[in-house]
Amino acid sequence: MTQGLQSQRKPGSKLHIKRTLIAYSFIAPNFIGYMVLTFVPIILSFVYSTMEWNLGVEKTFVGIGNFRYMFSVDLDFWKVVWNTFYYTIGTVPVCLILSLLLAILMNQGLRGKVFFRSVFFFPYVASLVAVAVVWMALFNPDKGPVNELLRSLGMKNPPRWAGSAEWAMPTVIGLTIWKQAGYYMVVYLAALQGVPMELYEAARMDGANAFQRFTHVTWPMVTPTTFFVSMMLIIGTFKSYDIMYVTTQGGPGTATKVLAYHIYNNAFVSMKFGYASALSVFLFFVVLIITLIQFRGEKRFTSYL
Amino acid sequence: MDKTMIKKADGTYKSHVPTSRIVGRVILYVLLISGCAIMLLPFIWMISASLKAEADVFTYPIQWIPSNPHWKNYALIWERVLLLTGFKNSALLTICTMVLQITTSSLAAYSFAKLEFKGRSLLFLAYVTTIAIPWQVYMVPQYVMMSGWGLTDSLLGIIIMHAFTAFGVFMMRQFYMGIPNELLEAARIDGLSEYGIWARIMIPLSKPAVATLAITSFVFEWNDFMGPRIYLSSQDKMTLQLVLRLFNTQYSSNYAQMMAAATVALIPVFILFIFLQKYFVQGVATSGLKG
Repeated sequence: MTQGLQSQRKPGSKLHIKRTLIAYSFIAPNFIGYMVLTFVPIILSFVYSTMEWNLGVEKTFVGIGNFRYMFSVDLDFWKVVWNTFYYTIGTVPVCLILSLLLAILMNQGLRGKVFFRSVFFFPYVASLVAVAVVWMALFNPDKGPVNELLRSLGMKNPPRWAGSAEWAMPTVIGLTIWKQAGYYMVVYLAALQGVPMELYEAARMDGANAFQRFTHVTWPMVTPTTFFVSMMLIIGTFKSYDIMYVTTQGGPGTATKVLAYHIYNNAFVSMKFGYASALSVFLFFVVLIITLIQFRGEKRFTSYL
Repeated sequence: MDKTMIKKADGTYKSHVPTSRIVGRVILYVLLISGCAIMLLPFIWMISASLKAEADVFTYPIQWIPSNPHWKNYALIWERVLLLTGFKNSALLTICTMVLQITTSSLAAYSFAKLEFKGRSLLFLAYVTTIAIPWQVYMVPQYVMMSGWGLTDSLLGIIIMHAFTAFGVFMMRQFYMGIPNELLEAARIDGLSEYGIWARIMIPLSKPAVATLAITSFVFEWNDFMGPRIYLSSQDKMTLQLVLRLFNTQYSSNYAQMMAAATVALIPVFILFIFLQKYFVQGVATSGLKG
């Protein structure tokens, strides 16, 4: 049928041109908007990254000057990169394990599955500004219920959470995991439902216990999902700064200032558009590397299955 | 399924199954319920604190049900900040973005999924290669561009910024691929134009995909904070999230009222979530399986 259609559409024929124009007219609204508002700014990021461009001053071309400044002069840069890694390393593995664990628990054919799923998922759709203020109240170092509980359990000096340089990042990580675990649980749940029941039955016949069924059936079967989820989480943590903005404002000091926050500050607080673009380009390459790893990994895992 | 398994196993194994299964189930429920508690307690604390006098918010042990509920907190917050304006602006922003996203995405998706034309794969490649690039990479030049057009400090600017999504095109295209070509051919023979097919066949058939995209875009737009934070500065243009944030910084010692404002801000999403949670979950599952 499609072949018959192909032969009707000879390139250059009037009908062919008309069909092409119709097809373009469908794409045009989204495509033009997307090109102008996303594609062009991405290119411009690279252009601006080569310029010194501060508020009220003419743009000047500085070549790799911004990058030289970034790597050797900007004292905050390496701190910010380190904080971003800390945030990623603290968030990704725990969130991954927790969401898989929850998905496995949910996949046991229990009663009330829809209820449990909703409860775990709700923090993800709840407004960040709203949950952040609740979280900050709960973890208030002086009077918050969490520290009251710790004191009543006998801890003399409970952590000062967002108020201390040491504990601020773990607090932000905790909020991130609490908010997102349910999302990835749903992703895992979809993957688990795709695992054929026959595999579990066969494993049971062979006398595999629950743990062995996990290591020999579940884990290998969800590996592609694990890969996907970890990439999503890594990119997600590398680009986030709203969560720090509404909890710690990057502080105390620079304790929770991450790369994207640094971009925001340079662009919209200090109005250094050129330098902020250079930082954006750095973020671009980080995300690019992660994505390339994902493509390679996907190929390997799909051929493996 | 379990029963046949037990029949096939030998006698001793069979007698062991029930007790171990019951213990397993109990452990399972204990784990899930404690997980639920961790997820829900912050919200319960929020509601409880929102109904207390300021002096009682942090009394310990926590009094979960306030003995003398201060409903007044909920009245006061509307007077202190432009909460109603925030609701209106957020609603306007969310609805416009949603409609534009659905329309432009489904139009483009129909073309990518069902029409053949020169350059199709090249154009689609442009989407594929850029979909993973986070906004943080291009937000600076985008802002410079938009402010050049006078679209900063305007809701229209944010609507335009969010109206054209690659994710929407991907998702709708995936759904449209599953609609049989024979259906469209039959419609073409009946004399329906491509636009007619899109409006009368594709859109009605893709209701689940439309619902999923609508929910995804609603949640994003309603909760978006940094976009409005960067673009909007006038009080009368603030979205709900900005108003809530303003409240939290201006009345930062007034916990009871901050919790009341947070509760009010969460209600619309909560109600939608209760009724449409199937679509919320579907949105995640499809975006997850895409990879």
